[in-house]
Amino acid sequence: MASDQKYFDEMFGHGTDARAPYADYCNWFHHEDTARLLAKSEEAEALFRLIGVTFNVYGDPDATERLIPFDLVPRIIAAREWAKVAKGIEQRVRALNAFLHDIYHRQEIVRAGRLPAEMIARNDAFLPEMIGVSPPGDIYTHIVGTDLVRTGDNEFFVLEDNARTPSGVSYMLENRETMLHMFPELFSKIKVQSVSQYPRSLRKSLGACAPDACSGRPTIAVLTPGIHNSAYYEHAFLADQMSAELVEGHDLRVVDGRVAMRTTKGYKPIDVLYRRVDDEYLDPLNFNPDSVLGVPGIMDVYRAGGITIANAPGTGIADDKAIYSYMPDIVEFYTGEKAILKNVPTHRCSEPEALKYVLDNLADLVVKEVHGSGGYGMLVGPAASKKEIEKFRAKLEASPGNYIAQPTLALSTVPILTDAGLAPRHVDLRPFVLVSPDRIDITPGGLTRVALTEGSLVVNSSQGGGTKDTWVLEE
Amino acid sequence: MRLKIHHKTHYTYDAPVPYGLQQIRLRPKSRPGQVVEDWDINVTGGEVEVSFEDEHANAVDLVSFTPGQSEIEITCTGTVDIEDRAGIVGPQGGYVPLWLFRRSTPLTKAGVRVRALIDAAPQDGAAVDRLHALSALVLEAVPYSTDQAASDLSAEDVMEAGHGVCQDHAHVFITAARALGFPARYVSGYLMMNDRVDQDASHAWAEAHIENLGWVGFDISNGISPDARYVRVATALDYRGAAPISGLRYGNAAEDMSVILQVQQQ
Repeated sequence: MASDQKYFDEMFGHGTDARAPYADYCNWFHHEDTARLLAKSEEAEALFRLIGVTFNVYGDPDATERLIPFDLVPRIIAAREWAKVAKGIEQRVRALNAFLHDIYHRQEIVRAGRLPAEMIARNDAFLPEMIGVSPPGDIYTHIVGTDLVRTGDNEFFVLEDNARTPSGVSYMLENRETMLHMFPELFSKIKVQSVSQYPRSLRKSLGACAPDACSGRPTIAVLTPGIHNSAYYEHAFLADQMSAELVEGHDLRVVDGRVAMRTTKGYKPIDVLYRRVDDEYLDPLNFNPDSVLGVPGIMDVYRAGGITIANAPGTGIADDKAIYSYMPDIVEFYTGEKAILKNVPTHRCSEPEALKYVLDNLADLVVKEVHGSGGYGMLVGPAASKKEIEKFRAKLEASPGNYIAQPTLALSTVPILTDAGLAPRHVDLRPFVLVSPDRIDITPGGLTRVALTEGSLVVNSSQGGGTKDTWVLEE
Repeated sequence: MRLKIHHKTHYTYDAPVPYGLQQIRLRPKSRPGQVVEDWDINVTGGEVEVSFEDEHANAVDLVSFTPGQSEIEITCTGTVDIEDRAGIVGPQGGYVPLWLFRRSTPLTKAGVRVRALIDAAPQDGAAVDRLHALSALVLEAVPYSTDQAASDLSAEDVMEAGHGVCQDHAHVFITAARALGFPARYVSGYLMMNDRVDQDASHAWAEAHIENLGWVGFDISNGISPDARYVRVATALDYRGAAPISGLRYGNAAEDMSVILQVQQQ
């Protein structure tokens, strides 16, 4: 396979020989029969569908639609490459937590003139109820997903920060499980850093954030909105894998000053709640009174120090794409160091000059909603029709403050297996980070998302993207 | 002035309540001009689960119903010593940025009627004078009347009703003050009416933030700034954030509430 010269291919670079991290894999691949691999590919899908079917048993007729395609060609990262990325992520996550603490306390960064107050004031994710709240260890975002893209040998950019509720870790674990099952011989030939410790690390990391009210071994529970939530499978999976209880709002209530879950032996207090319910629905007494997904009074117990909520309410402010544009300043402000990982240059359409530039260059830019996620509501200029661009122009002119724009990045490619053999497809990477008072734990690799359509730069599963196993090689 | 307060809120339900919570903001705090000498909250039919300070530094208690109860009573008794400071409360303390008090909430959102009032308010002059003029305009547009059955009305609803109580006045004033560029907040508390010991209800007024002066109180219903007869208990962006009692309960039991409030000078 010859790679497309315009993009950096992680397997072949800009040439035709495999790059060093892929050498052993390519060697193995060349001795494999493509037909056998394609059959394996179907086997993998059957495995995933089985999981999907388990999901389906609970009564969701759409489960099969949620099956995210899996490609069996791994994405491989050398230990040396990863070390640098990991260092950058650690720095960024430290800064994020310091930022969140500051925003809910003195707002020094605003006082110092490094971040305009409007960035906070106009941010819907800013939660006044969190003002003055200091969670155990001052950790606000315990579980972070830092989305990265690569454009060259040494060029990594952060595409977005997911400090609120990064999902997808179950895919990372399942992908590895499936690869180990299908290609055990590969893993004996090539030494790949393990990811299977993630649930144990998650448990440990959450346990280390238990509140003072906790006595003995911390009790951890996963709060799910229920079986109709699209990530229910992941909630159940994580609870199971880390031996925590899977609970819904109606299983919990305030008992003796703690949030407690109903058990056969009465109510048992929960120390750390890994909640997968959004802020708005978390507590009908304090937030949306119509919510039936939350726990009335949990914010009161939280503010009194009786429970740790992970991630903390109000962390979503850091996911805002306008805040993202300030991340290099934010990293520098709180760590005193230049950001190791680069930000994608971002035009804030709220600024008249930036808006003018963006309107003049729509066909070359990617324009995103400030609060958007999942690849919805964005314009990929180079891939859009004239009509789509004009339609978007009208939306942008109507409310420029809602948008940011970025240059179209030359996202790296990694080959996928097609009927015609290997074919390059664009990828991104979501590493998963665990933060506790003692340490920041980054699982080697993460979730590689791949655009399955040739030439497409949109990797979101909601937009037809798939996933790959991600290997970080041993030293 | 030294005020002795006795405030009892009694809820009865026509069926046992399986589970319920009440968030209460009924603890005044000592602050410049206000010394809380003693204050007790006693709950029967429920237990205090946790106590904490909210973002506005209000002391909050979360009370749970004793399961199966059909009555719950919250009694506050205490003594507070207050100085007349002509309504001046002072600078913004704590972490809440002033811009938060410019935010509109569902209860303090201006519609056409509130906007007409804003247009009629003086647009220049000394801030204190402008706000007193606004206070008078609000009372003129919304004369005091306890006829209004609905509580939790928005400022716009209040303007449409054309009359209201202290809570309604505070909401209209806050909405207009914010539109005129002043950070503004809701205050819930107690007022000793001179001619009586038994008060009809707890009181509510508003505070606006004026540059170089800080927070200044405006009791719209009485057309004055709070004096030594006013006990500040809780503040927030609107009634919902400062309500003395806000609750949530499971089951379909109908609620009936009665209040006894005595405020007298000692």
